This record gives sequence, structure tokens and C-alpha cells, in this order.
Amino acid sequence: MSTDNDPMAEIRASFFIECEELLEALQDGLQSMDDDGSDDPETINVVFRAVHSIKGGAGAFGLEGLVRFAHRYETVLDEVRAGRLNVGADALKVFFQAADHLSDLVRFSRDGEDLPDAETASLLTELDGFLGDAPAEEEEEAIEFQPMGLSLDFDLGESDGGNEDTDLPDLGSLPPPPDFANPPPVSDTFYKIVFTPHGDLFDTGNEPALLLRNLMDLGDISVVCDASSLPELGKITPEIPHLSWTVTLHSTADESEIRSVFEFVEGLCQLDISRNDSAPVPLVDLGSPEVPPKAVPASEISMPEPESAPEAEQFQAAPAPAALKSGNPAKKTEPPKPVEKALKTQSSPQAKSVVRVDLDRIERLVNLVGELVINQAMLSQSLEMSGLSPHSDAMSGLEEFQRLTRDIQDSVMMIRAQPVKSLFQRMSRIVRESSAAVGKDVRLHTFGEGTEVDKTVIERLADPLTHMIRNAVDHGLEGPEERQAAGKPLQGRVNLTAAHRSGRVVIEVSDDGAGINRARVLQIAIDKELVPADVSLSDTEIDNLLFLPGFSTASVVSDLSGRGVGMDVVRTAIQALGGRITITSNPGEGTTFSISLPLTLAVLDGMVIKVAGETLVLPLNLVVETLTLGPDDVQTVRPGRNVIEVRSGFVPLFDLGAALGYRPLLDDFDAYVVLLIAQEDGSNAALVIDNIIDQRQVVIKGLDESFYRAPGIAAATILGDGQIALILDPTDIISTSNVAPSQAQPAQQVGFSA
Amino acid sequence: MTLHILAVDDSRTMRDMIKLALLPSGFTVHTADDGIHGIEVLDGIEPDAIITDINMPRMDGFGFIDAVREQDKHRATPILVLTTEAAPELKSRARAAGATGWIVKPFDPVKLVKALQMVAG
Amino acid sequence: MTEKVGSTSIELLTFRLAEQEYALDIMSVREIRGWTHATSLPHAPPYMKGVINLRGTVLPVMDLASRLGMADRKQNERSVIIVVNFEDTMTGLLVDAVSDIVAVTDDDLQPPPELAANTIDGVVSALTLIDERMIRVLNLPITVNSFENAAA
Repeated sequence: MSTDNDPMAEIRASFFIECEELLEALQDGLQSMDDDGSDDPETINVVFRAVHSIKGGAGAFGLEGLVRFAHRYETVLDEVRAGRLNVGADALKVFFQAADHLSDLVRFSRDGEDLPDAETASLLTELDGFLGDAPAEEEEEAIEFQPMGLSLDFDLGESDGGNEDTDLPDLGSLPPPPDFANPPPVSDTFYKIVFTPHGDLFDTGNEPALLLRNLMDLGDISVVCDASSLPELGKITPEIPHLSWTVTLHSTADESEIRSVFEFVEGLCQLDISRNDSAPVPLVDLGSPEVPPKAVPASEISMPEPESAPEAEQFQAAPAPAALKSGNPAKKTEPPKPVEKALKTQSSPQAKSVVRVDLDRIERLVNLVGELVINQAMLSQSLEMSGLSPHSDAMSGLEEFQRLTRDIQDSVMMIRAQPVKSLFQRMSRIVRESSAAVGKDVRLHTFGEGTEVDKTVIERLADPLTHMIRNAVDHGLEGPEERQAAGKPLQGRVNLTAAHRSGRVVIEVSDDGAGINRARVLQIAIDKELVPADVSLSDTEIDNLLFLPGFSTASVVSDLSGRGVGMDVVRTAIQALGGRITITSNPGEGTTFSISLPLTLAVLDGMVIKVAGETLVLPLNLVVETLTLGPDDVQTVRPGRNVIEVRSGFVPLFDLGAALGYRPLLDDFDAYVVLLIAQEDGSNAALVIDNIIDQRQVVIKGLDESFYRAPGIAAATILGDGQIALILDPTDIISTSNVAPSQAQPAQQVGFSA
Repeated sequence: MTLHILAVDDSRTMRDMIKLALLPSGFTVHTADDGIHGIEVLDGIEPDAIITDINMPRMDGFGFIDAVREQDKHRATPILVLTTEAAPELKSRARAAGATGWIVKPFDPVKLVKALQMVAG
Repeated sequence: MTEKVGSTSIELLTFRLAEQEYALDIMSVREIRGWTHATSLPHAPPYMKGVINLRGTVLPVMDLASRLGMADRKQNERSVIIVVNFEDTMTGLLVDAVSDIVAVTDDDLQPPPELAANTIDGVVSALTLIDERMIRVLNLPITVNSFENAAA
């Protein structure tokens, strides 16, 4: 639809982008009205303007359904703005629904899909409910969907009416002004128009001379000026008109067309129009009985009218001698330029501080920067190996190059960063809709909306987050009776939080519901043969059963879970983003799902390590501490399960080489290196590796989903020597090998073997 | 001769539409995002006519017209109010503030051109 | 031209695997490159050799012989990787050596006999004779899709 050279299509596309911004402002405004019961006039104005502007733009593109709905919504908001309607909880609820619906209508209109008329009608009924006595039907009558054009509606005097087509490209074919070669048709009429400006006409910037000239466009005119009330020169107040004019117009136009010329000055002047079909006033006859005897030609009194000094020239040019026959007015309208050229002028970019860029181009830039980073690493490596002095020009130049590369990388990543706000706003809608569907009173509280995350991450978070929010409303929160019995407020609460935490983004969805019913979860897992009946699992392990494929706790299939996907899909989606998801739940207090994500999908501060001859990369931010093991540092709890003592506590030890299947379990850890890894729950775990090679930034290369996905491997990168190194997800490795062989299989593997 | 127009509207779409309507007819169009911005832009130009929206943040159309009319050199500059509302009380309020005329959105480009030529000569 | 009426001609890339000849539709072949060290993936199925750097992208490489159930062998200097594209995913297939490019028509292709060797799970889609040598034509989707099956 967006042909490159079609300015209308461009504006249309830009309109829908603007709509997104307006809808966001609308949501924000409603939210702040909801949060603090704000009746701040500016907030209400913002809300009103958002709807108003959407309506305005929609009208320009003939999006009738959108205009119709926005108009009625706006009408109600205008009542609020005028202080005639107090916004209570009921009204806000409808306003939110209307905002959601408006957002749908915008989307449907943009995509040219059918509008949900039934929903529109029912919302309109609700909206109209706030209008009190004012009958909505009449209101509707007043709306005009067609591009209405100016209120002044005058014909150009053309009999063919060929300018009715208002499409822009026809500008070039505007009919020429009337002239002698185009004699008036037989149905023409003689009008007598007496025009007497009032004192305040000039205050509005209107100009009698121009009005009279516009009359010429309707036909042949003759003008007689009455200067009888002109005071002495010394007493003239330049800002008050002192003249009146009598115009004889020979035209095919009807009276309303003539009146429309004077529409802007209606009430600012005395205007009398009379028809004179039978006895046309002779064009040169000044002695018409109605003309005041003191009438003088306009040209003669144009001078003592100092107010119009700048326009004096035009003034004279128009109604020249007393009874000007003005069939061919000296119009100074420039002939319309060829459309093609004009369109070129239009498509030149607007001088504005915001540039819209195709995401593909950014994508390409990000990839190139990734290549640059790799290339810089390779260069560094070969320069270092060449044995150059660290103080040589080449080496200091290289340092500068490294710094620049990192700066470029950061800047490029910033292009893609966006606040999570838009995502959160979508979620507030999900809460409204899903809580209505299950008949619960739920309120969403959002925190950290300004947290910036890579755009791609935001987009790919929408689905998993939607499901988690629905889950919280549907399963997490209790019904009203249960809440009352538990002594909780009837309104359930869902918190949605975003924050940057140690180089990652953490997004949490928490509810103040009953918490996970672990007995029931375990029973369901056993019933579905997802775990053996005699299994013994810790609380955390039971909670993690929720992530098993095919697991659903809904004993009654509600409206929501019917269309839902399992939490396993959520987990997979989060993992695909290089993230992790964890659950914490307290009986009676609620459940929190925590998603931890990399800031960007493209780069990572990594620690390059060696394990069993393989080069691997660990996310640096997870490495708390590095230790070198002595002979007595490792204590064996039971076969295959070792711990080390770090300061005051014991930390479980994992043999990375064995966990990855590169070698059998070590039995002697002497001289091996240990990395303390931070766990999501705040505890540490220790990974045994051979040695540390380097710390450096690496470009993340995704491992294609379509081939084998190795457990514990998050992605890959290309090192300075051109070899591929795998990027580890230590948490995944630890949780996979956390359950000793003698115990139950870890959840993921249960899933695989099921 | 080319007419210089200042168009003040908080909607980018509207500003684009106005430009699209006027540029092909040889107008020079300056734009501003709201009343306050409009006054700032006005400082550097001498438009033959001004088009302004009513509902705008920071300073609305009425305030903008007031501020324009307060400037001596713009006491007679034609100002067209661009609005979706055709309500009579709005027209009279706009006029009381000193507006020359009004255009109802969505506007027909041909008629917008015509209206400007009508009020600006 | 000698093209037969009513039958379409396709070009096949033929290559050797443990003294047998195989072929792939040339349209799915993106490039052929020499063997380089592959970074192995933990817990991967045996036929999964690992990943290599193909001009900045991570290319998974499978040992085709192992995939077809032949005995595991060491790579040598002459081993090559045929890079194939299937549904926008690139995969490297490790083979012993590339032989030739030949044009055949549909008529030249015969369905493999039910119990023929190396037709496990439909990997071989057809047989053809060229210069008295039997060529096994591989079904690419089944060949490369095995990764998914193995992981799930």
C-alpha cells in the first residue's frame, strides 16, 4: 500500500504511526486519571486531544467507522472536559474499553479489515449512556464523513461543475476563472447585494475588498460604494470601516452560494441580498433608486481608507471605476503547477529531529557492527602475536580502535532500544479483558515502564507476557469469595515490573493470589504421568513442573486457558531470547514469574574459558569470583556430588567438562579453576573448568532453532581466530545436572522422554 | 507571487495534509506543532495567512490567535481556524479571538487553497 | 538438444561416501568447501559433527555417512562440506569427495526398492544409473530435518 512516490500513502502510513503515539497518550492519560483520580484539566485535555486528532486524521482518509466511533467517544470526553460529567470508576472502565476498541479500529482500518460493528455499537451505547439527556441520534446526524471542505462553498461559476472531483491530482485541471468566452447560462439571475461592514470586521482580519473580489468569481458584478458615513479625514479611525457597498451581481449562483462568500463575516456586517430576476439593473446605471444619492465610485474613496494601506493597490485593482464590469477579474491566483513537480516538492523530507528508519537497515547495521567487533578482535590477536611493543604506535592505535568499536556498538544498540512502555500498555488491556472474561476484579500495576530493551526483544516478549498475565488473572488470583474468606481486598492485584539488573533486563509478573497449590500441581503431573507416582520433589522442583509440555492446572477449562498455550511454550520463547524464567510462590501470598533477559540479542561481555580442550564462553556478569583449587578444597557429599567451602558456606560443585559430556567426571580437582556463578535465586554454584583464557566482548550468533539444540548452550560466537566458540548458559547446565542420577529426572528431561 | 502560510497543528498528519494541499498550488508552507511553537515560528516569517488548529497542547488555538493579534504587525493577518468541530459557539469563540474564518476538517485541498486565496488575496 | 518431451530435467551433484555414490538436487546446494575443524556440540547425536564458521554465520555440519547409518570414520584432507539450503536454513553435509554434476530426467529416476540398503526413514528418494554406476538421490528435507527429530 505504501507506494514510494505516493505522498498520500506516505501520509496515511505516517498517520497510523501517529495514531500509535496518540493511543499511547490516551492510555497514559486514562491511567493517570485512574491511578490518582486525577481530574487535572491538562490530563483530560490530553485524552480528549488524542481522540480528537485520531478522528481528524481518520476523516482525511475517509475512514468512516473510525471517525464515527472517535466522534462519539470525543463527545463524551468533551463533556468531561467541560466539567459537565464527573468521571467515576464506571466511566473510566468504559473509557478504557473505548480506548482499546479505538486501538482495534485503528488497526483494522490500517489493515483494511472489516470493523467489528457489533462491538462498536455496544460500546457506543455505553458511551452514550454518559451523555444524559442529549439524544445521541441527533448527534450522529451532525457528523459528516465525506471530506467536507470549507464551510464556504462557492461555485466557480462553471456550468459543468467539473471541479467537484476533489482528488488532488486534479488540481492541475482546475477550471479557469469565468470570462467572456464563457457566457453565463440562461438560468442566471440578477442579485442586489448591500454589504455594510460593522465596526469589528477588521478585528478578525477580514477585508471587504477581498470579499467583493470573491463575489466576482460568481459572475459579473458592478459595485457602488457608499461613503456617506465617512467622517472627516481627521476623525477617521483606521480600524473601523466606514463604507458600505451595493453590488449588482449577474450570476447563476443561488443565494446560499452568495451568502457563503460572506460566511466569515456573518454577524460582522449588515448583508442584504435581493433577487431581481425580471428587471436587471443596468450595469452602468448609477441612478438605481436604492443607491444612496451620495454614492461615489469606489476608486475615489479608496485613498482615505488608511487601514487598508497595504492592500490599497488591490483595492483599486478590483472595483476600479464606479460601475465596473468585472467579467474578467484580475485574479492573481497562480496557475496550478504541474502535479508531478509539486509532488516532488512534497516528498522532500521534512526538517524534523526524528527520522524513521526501516528496521532492516538497522538490522544490517547491527550485523555489520558485529562483524566489525569480530574483525577488531582478530586484528588485536594478530597484532599481539606479532610481538609489537605495547607502546608502539600500532598498539596504541589499536587501543583507540577498540574504544571506538565499542562506542559504535553501544550507539547502534541504542538505536534499537525502546522503553517497554508500549508492551506494558498492551498488557493492561489483557488484564482488563481477561479479568472481565473470568469475572474477577483485577488491577494491573506497572513499574519501570521507561526501562529500555532491544526492540526485537520487546516484540518477541509480547506473546509470552500475554500468556503469563492471562495465567495470573485466570489461575493466580482467587475468585472474589475466596479472597474475601482469606481477608484480602476483593480487587486482585497483578504487578508488572521491568528493571535493569546487573546487565540484564528483569521482567516480573506477580500476583497477590493464593500461590501455587503444590499438592495439586504434583498430583496433576503424576496423573498425567509426567513424573513417577513415587517421586519426591522439592517445592522449587514442583513449581517447575508448570513448565512441562502439556501441563495445565486448569481443572475447569475457562475461556482463557482454552486458547492458551502451556507455560512450556512461554519458557521456550524466553529461552530463545537468551533469557531464563523462574517461579517463586508463597502459599496465600501469591506467585511471581521472573524473566531475566539480555539487554540486547547481539553482544555479550564474555569470559573465554577452556574445558577439556574446547574453547567456551561464559556470560561475564554471572561470574562472581574465580578460585584455584587445592588438593583439599573439594569435599564429597556423596558419589558424584561435591561441594567446596567458600568463606563461611558450602557451594555445590559442578564439573563442566563432564556436564557437557566432553569427559568423564574428574576425580582429582587439584589445580583446576573454579568459577563461582551467580544463580537467579541469589545463591552461588561453582563450575570446574580447566583455565580462563580471556575476557572480551563477543558477538552473539544465534544457533538456528531448526537444528539440534544442545542443553546448556545459549548461543555461539566467532572468536578472533575464526573458530566458533559456544556460549554457555550456566544456569541451565546447573539445573540440568542439579538432580543427581539417583533422584528423579530433572523436569526438562522428563519432558523430552515423555 | 507565492503566498506564505503558517500552519499550526499538533497532528503531524494534519500538517502533512496541509502541505500536500498547498505546495502544489505554489504556496510556501511553514509549520508549527502548537501555539507556543507557532509564536516562535512566526517570529522569523511574515506569513500572508495563518491556519491554526484549536485543540493543541501547551497553547491552544484561541490562545494562539490572541497572541498573534496582540502583535501590531499581525493585527490584520488573516487567520483561518482549522477544526473538526463545526459548532456555532466554536465559530463565535474563534471569531471573538480574532479569527478571520474557519475550515472544517477534513478539508478538501481545492477549497483550502480557495479559502486562503480568498482571505489572503 | 536431446531433452525428452514431457519430462523435466534436473541437475544432480554427485558425491562419494564410503565407496558409494550419492546425489543431491543442485538447486539446493549453496557451496562446497573444504573440511575445517568443527566445534562440537555437547550431548549431540553422533552424526552431528558440530558447527563451523561460514563467513560469519554459524553453520551446523552433519556427518552424512553417520546420518545414513554407516560406520564412523575419520575425516581426511579430501573430505568436503556441501552447504545446502532447505527452507532458508543452511546445513553443512560432510562427504568424502564431490564427483560430478549430471543432468537426468524424471524418467531416469527410479523409486528405491523397499529393502534396499541405506533407505532408512526415506532418506534415499530415488535411484539412477549413470555410466553403469548406481547413484542414490537423497531426499534433502528428510536428511536435514533429522536434527529436529533427534532433539525432541
